[in-house]
Amino acid sequence: MKTFRIGGVHPAENKLSAGKAIQVLDLPKQAVFPLSQHIGAPAVPVVKRGDVVKVGTKIAEAGGFVSAPIYSSVSGKVSKVDTVIDASGYRKPAVYIDVEGDEWEEGIDRSQTLVCETSLSPEEIVAKIKDAGVVGMGGACFPTHVKLCPPPGAKAECVIINGVECEPYLTADHRLMLEKPDEILVGVTLLMKAAKVDKAYIGIENNKPDAISLLAEKAQAYPGIEVVPLKVKYPQGGEKQLIDAVIRRQVPAPPALPINVGAVVQNVGTVYAVYEAVMKNKPLFERIVTVTGKSLKNPSNFLTRMGTPMSQLIEAAGGMPEDTGKVIGGGPMMGKALANTEVPICKGSSGVLLMNRKEAARAEAQPCIRCAKCVSACPMGLEPFLLATLSMHKEWERVEKEDIMSCIECGSCQFTCPSHRPMLDYIRLGKTTVGGIIRARNAKK
Amino acid sequence: MANKLIVSLSPHVHNDDSVQRNMYGVLIALIPALLVSLIYFGVGAAVVTLTSVVSCVFFEWAITKFILKREKSTILDGSAIITGVLLAFNVPSNLPVWIIVIGALVAIGIGKMTFGGLGCNPFNPALVGRVFLLISFPVQMTSWPKIGQLASYVDAETAATPLALMKMAVHGDVSALEQLPSAWELFIGSHGDLAGGSLGEVSALALLIGLAYMLWRKIITWHIPVSILATVFVFAGLMHLSDPAAYASPVVHLFTGGLMLGAIFMATDYVTSPMTHKGMLIYGVCIGFLTVVIRNFGAYPEGMSFAILIMNAFTPLINNYCKPKRFGEGKKK
Amino acid sequence: MDLILVAVISLGAIGLVSAVVLFVASKKFAVYEDPRIGKVAEVLPQANCGGCGYPGCSGFAEACVKAGSLEGKLCPVGGQPVMERVAAILGLDAVASEPKVAVVRCNGSCEHRPRMTRYDGVKLCAIANATYGGETGCTFGCLGCGDCVSACQFGAIRMNPETGLPEVDEDICTACGACVKACPRHIIELRPKGKKNRRVYVSCVNKDKGAVTRKACEVGCIGCGKCVKVCEFDAITLENNLAYIDPNKCRLCRKCEQECPQGAIIAVNFPPRKPKTEAAPTEQLATRPASGEEKQNPNE
Repeated sequence: MKTFRIGGVHPAENKLSAGKAIQVLDLPKQAVFPLSQHIGAPAVPVVKRGDVVKVGTKIAEAGGFVSAPIYSSVSGKVSKVDTVIDASGYRKPAVYIDVEGDEWEEGIDRSQTLVCETSLSPEEIVAKIKDAGVVGMGGACFPTHVKLCPPPGAKAECVIINGVECEPYLTADHRLMLEKPDEILVGVTLLMKAAKVDKAYIGIENNKPDAISLLAEKAQAYPGIEVVPLKVKYPQGGEKQLIDAVIRRQVPAPPALPINVGAVVQNVGTVYAVYEAVMKNKPLFERIVTVTGKSLKNPSNFLTRMGTPMSQLIEAAGGMPEDTGKVIGGGPMMGKALANTEVPICKGSSGVLLMNRKEAARAEAQPCIRCAKCVSACPMGLEPFLLATLSMHKEWERVEKEDIMSCIECGSCQFTCPSHRPMLDYIRLGKTTVGGIIRARNAKK
Repeated sequence: MANKLIVSLSPHVHNDDSVQRNMYGVLIALIPALLVSLIYFGVGAAVVTLTSVVSCVFFEWAITKFILKREKSTILDGSAIITGVLLAFNVPSNLPVWIIVIGALVAIGIGKMTFGGLGCNPFNPALVGRVFLLISFPVQMTSWPKIGQLASYVDAETAATPLALMKMAVHGDVSALEQLPSAWELFIGSHGDLAGGSLGEVSALALLIGLAYMLWRKIITWHIPVSILATVFVFAGLMHLSDPAAYASPVVHLFTGGLMLGAIFMATDYVTSPMTHKGMLIYGVCIGFLTVVIRNFGAYPEGMSFAILIMNAFTPLINNYCKPKRFGEGKKK
Repeated sequence: MDLILVAVISLGAIGLVSAVVLFVASKKFAVYEDPRIGKVAEVLPQANCGGCGYPGCSGFAEACVKAGSLEGKLCPVGGQPVMERVAAILGLDAVASEPKVAVVRCNGSCEHRPRMTRYDGVKLCAIANATYGGETGCTFGCLGCGDCVSACQFGAIRMNPETGLPEVDEDICTACGACVKACPRHIIELRPKGKKNRRVYVSCVNKDKGAVTRKACEVGCIGCGKCVKVCEFDAITLENNLAYIDPNKCRLCRKCEQECPQGAIIAVNFPPRKPKTEAAPTEQLATRPASGEEKQNPNE
């Protein structure tokens, strides 16, 4: 069975909510839409205080090519355009909407019928995706239409669909594949058409045998789509690792992109959003969010309107346990710990994970015993212990030579370190600093 | 706000591995060899091992507390215990207590704590102690008791070791090799009239059980032990083919002396061995080569300790030149 | 005898050859260095702190010699006296400069600014800053991990364990600016020391709206603008909900300090106020020297 070739670790899966069907979450009382929900320029608000909006009304438009518009997920009145603390832990501009009723924009197809046929050209599909504000829903939130517009000289050869969900605890993509297989497959054909390729692979780890067999069976009706079962190993959901696992090609060091080896990678959540945007005229304003945790009464998967505060999801899953020590937006390996639970659900929020106090606290760091387990675990073939030490001593030139910019921040090194060293903290610091140095150097040229 | 949320960067989970788990894993892997030495050397083995471990742990505690003045003691991480056991395994079972204590002081004091303690030492502490003793007290360190004298300690009757015989053969004693026990006897540790050598190196079988355990628990990888043993086998084999009367067979080389102990427990020391698999292989091959060279051409009958210490010195260099293969650097198909 | 002779001759020959090689090399590869660079470097403090903007003291000396003018060059550690000596060596005019000092513009101590979360990462401000807004509700204020303390070569900054904030020792601070660069939140500012070391400044860098700031911190600037109105010298500007006192315009009248509802404006090294401040600033102003450099305290 296929998997990526360098490094990797095996965190405990803890997929507590895998057996829970997707439930529709109640509407929030107030929805908050941060204007930077994606990589790139923040969106520019097009509504002001007092404006009445419906579900699917555009409230902010893209602030550039690498950017995406934002649509209201609720109907009601704009109460203010202010700031909110988002998952980054900082105050960012946001639109607040007080919810009144649930009135949808006309033109959105709310029926459950599957639409398979389209006469749209590839360019029209990309335009629709762009207009609907679809971004990568695996967590990085890279605007999808940018990936579908290859830079000059590069040509896509295949589309790879990421159904790996290698993060422990999260089950949103798994449930989506089980409950919306046809929609996903139609979405894949749309992406193939948009990227002008005739081959697509859906990579799924073999801890989800039900999803593999269901999609493989249904995919027979769709030419060019192949389901690839993958051996469980973290971080298989990383774009570069997935390409390596599925088509045995390695994306060179930055600034090379997946498109340089002919691959366009999209998450299954994104594929579903593409289907809805193109076939149902529905912009991206809701997503599936896993709410989970060992102490949580009722770990669940919710179809959630964007802008809903995380506290509402936690309430719906049985309430915040007494011993909660950490609230994480995303999975335990790469998610961000949140300072409060009022952070709104955004396009990239794949899950809310509650950890108890014991799990949450880091163990005390001990001296590095040079066991080299981090070197073996690093999926990028780096030397994490060295990068961390050099960053600690602020040796930016050397750390750049040791390829720190290739680090994907997957956390495998720190996960595996017997001395519990906070390596990734230092590596991130090094990456940020070196990134700044490189930008300054390029600006000088 | 008693229940403050904790905030830190990802990852938020850990595989629960720890320094202690690895160190105590190594200790468990040393148990078979310890049992064998107790069976063969009795009281002597017990006294030597106990003295060594207790003094190593004491020196680590004392130096941490009174010289480095660190608040947190590191004796519980198990590394000092390992140094103690390995030091004991590398000396004869009739070594007087005071010599062992000096060895422990050198091992922990000079070999380890001088450089800052666990993780900072360039050389394997137990080997630093051992080589110090070997050079300072050559007589006591090279008089090996015969096995089976369970009740005696410093008064045990001594004899030549298989390695000494092999050295004699190299120097022209034609009949020396014929007195060697068979490979199987060496493998399980029964040496007949010959001495067993140091405490821990009697039975290759017991050491291999330890290796299997450490590989299973993923404490070490196969690269270093296998590359050392394979190199010794091949190189000693070539020598043997060139002159069977002077050079012992490669199998005998593998099962005698400190080779197994060194290859499995000393060369694989995390702190002093290279970090990448490629580096480990280079390191292992060099140790194997040096060992055979010293055994056959050097002044000492056994070369394992020296070979490992020499290669310890090269470890930073190997680390500098053997980088892991970066993702995406491979040939583009 | 022969042995000694051979040794003497061979060693002598080696010595001779080496001497020739060294002599040739010293002539051939000699690099001319302006002797004044060495002289200038000698009077510099040799702290090599980089506060002047050049790599170390010798780099600064070289720059001074080559530039031909001392305009814009200042050794913050040695200050004016050292610059005058440098000027004397080079035969140039020393450019007047005011002594400065590092000022920490955050007063959010533990009692003023309640901790909402617990940071569990590496105790470095740079990393905490990348993690999130900080343990308190204020995403602009001091993180308290002490990057400035470790950046200071002179031991002039230390963390006060009671307040959780750094404190600058004015007498030791050389205004080299290392802490300013080290602080990821740009809280520390180099301000003119002021007459008799008296300074008035806004001890806050929070740009949030007033209501948000007030919730996070008792002593944060809420951008109400009262200080702007009360200032007679146009020294205070309000931008992004944050007041800033221009040290070059401030006349140290301390009216703003009394006006600030949050107590965010801080005046240091003033004698205790009289029970009632009767002194009319306008009267004092008349006696004030014309030079902009001189500052006057009306309450003196």
